[in-house]
Amino acid sequence: MATDSATKQVPVSEGVFTWPSDEPRLLGSKCTDCGNVMFPTQSGCPKCSGQSTETIELGRTGTLWTWTVQGYPPKSPPYAGNADPKTFEAFGVGYVELPGEVKVETRLTVNDPEQLNIGMEMELTLVPLYTNDDGEEVMTFAFAPIN
Amino acid sequence: MTTDDVAIVGIGMHPFGRHEGVSGMDMGVAAVRSACADAGVQWEDIQFAFGGSASAGAPDTMVSKLGLTGLQFINVVNGCATGGSALFSAYNSIKSGMFDLGIAIGFDKHDRGAFRVNTKASGLSDWYGESGMALTTQFFGMKINRYMHEHGITEDSLARVSEKAFRNGSKNENAWRRRPLSMEEVKQSAMLSYPLTQYMFCSPGEGGVALILARADQAHKYTDTPVFLKAAVVRSRRFGSFEVMAPHIALEHNAGPTVDASAAAFEMAGMGPDDMDIAQLQDTESGAEIMHMAENGFCEHGEQEHMLAMGDTEITGRLPVNTDGGCLANGEPIGASGLRQVYENVLQLRGDAGERQVPNDPKTAYTHVYGAPGISGVTILAK
Ligand SMILES: [Zn+2]
Repeated sequence: MATDSATKQVPVSEGVFTWPSDEPRLLGSKCTDCGNVMFPTQSGCPKCSGQSTETIELGRTGTLWTWTVQGYPPKSPPYAGNADPKTFEAFGVGYVELPGEVKVETRLTVNDPEQLNIGMEMELTLVPLYTNDDGEEVMTFAFAPIN
Repeated sequence: MTTDDVAIVGIGMHPFGRHEGVSGMDMGVAAVRSACADAGVQWEDIQFAFGGSASAGAPDTMVSKLGLTGLQFINVVNGCATGGSALFSAYNSIKSGMFDLGIAIGFDKHDRGAFRVNTKASGLSDWYGESGMALTTQFFGMKINRYMHEHGITEDSLARVSEKAFRNGSKNENAWRRRPLSMEEVKQSAMLSYPLTQYMFCSPGEGGVALILARADQAHKYTDTPVFLKAAVVRSRRFGSFEVMAPHIALEHNAGPTVDASAAAFEMAGMGPDDMDIAQLQDTESGAEIMHMAENGFCEHGEQEHMLAMGDTEITGRLPVNTDGGCLANGEPIGASGLRQVYENVLQLRGDAGERQVPNDPKTAYTHVYGAPGISGVTILAK
């Protein structure tokens, strides 16, 4: 993951995925009443209106349920990545179905429609999003095709 | 058929589009004045108002321009169903017997380009927007991509819907985009969110609409051509549906708020999809119109490919859809958008739609809005 060992990396937010970790996992919630799985963590269950949830590590692999490619720079803020129209690089976005758990919305490491297919196998990774004012590389999560 | 309770007796609109130097509020005021003139009433006759605007100010402050009459004025903000919610509230205020004459108002004025999403106000964490996922356009791309995969809808159908919208818009003097575009131009425009191109998307815009409602038994005091509101329904999402701005979706599937709102509206009106002569369906992008044809009960999933190719949803077709050019040609000022659909249906049922008039004297008409965070509003009108 590290592109330059001298650069310190930090997560885009605490509590979204395990950090630090060589095999990152998203952190979700599981309803202690009905077992419904949610992402990110939340209190309260939209399925059974239960009020008790526990934090769990979600599966690392799943299948691509649907996808698109973000073809224009998102408005910044809120977007923290490169939104300069001259150098903006399109990025893939999709939902990955984690078996038995939930479908999570995620960036994809691939932005070429020719290389994206509904049903393909995917796994979680972390990607650099931007460099903050302290010179740290801010990392967010993405799913990558499994070859 | 149920008894008529509520009639629309006056309609007013400020043209949609971009209007430098005109505030959203002033477009609302212009729409109110033109609705009053249409109904032949004075502002002081109006007993109550529900006003909706997402980003152009608090609607109740417009009384300082319209007249300080002391009326009950309630502001409504309810995402993309803001206008529909104002109408729903006005409808029920008369239906309850509390009032005889009132108004539903919607206006807006948005910045150029895609909506800037306030993640906090939407109940989402900062990382979601920072990571580049707080974009409504992505949802529409992902929903239609999955739908095309499941139901055999092609890019041709996406382009056909846009071509129809801009052709209908060219016949609408109040529309924003009035230049017809070919299917090829639509397909070749910039790819914004695969598989959707620039001309398959509507843009945030500006405009204002006002509708005056009266007790049905008093409607003829105001107009020779009352149009009766048979149903007005708003529904939010249920567990398992796939909605805009959702960091997760459940594994189990629910059809979504449009299916629920549509079924409830047909039941309230005592009618079914086959009884509708015209439909205005939320077309945030061309794929949405296609999916909403089925979600509102007008066809089976996948049938749209053939229906569009046959011209079934053209003004001269079996079920004309988005006869005024829809959101695609009019843009989407959130507060006004749902009321624009009703305005168009009233024009059509009166026979006043000019160059884009649906032939053979239509008698019933349907509207549907959908938007964040997973909300749908439906109305059914009849004359
Ligand atoms: Zn639960």
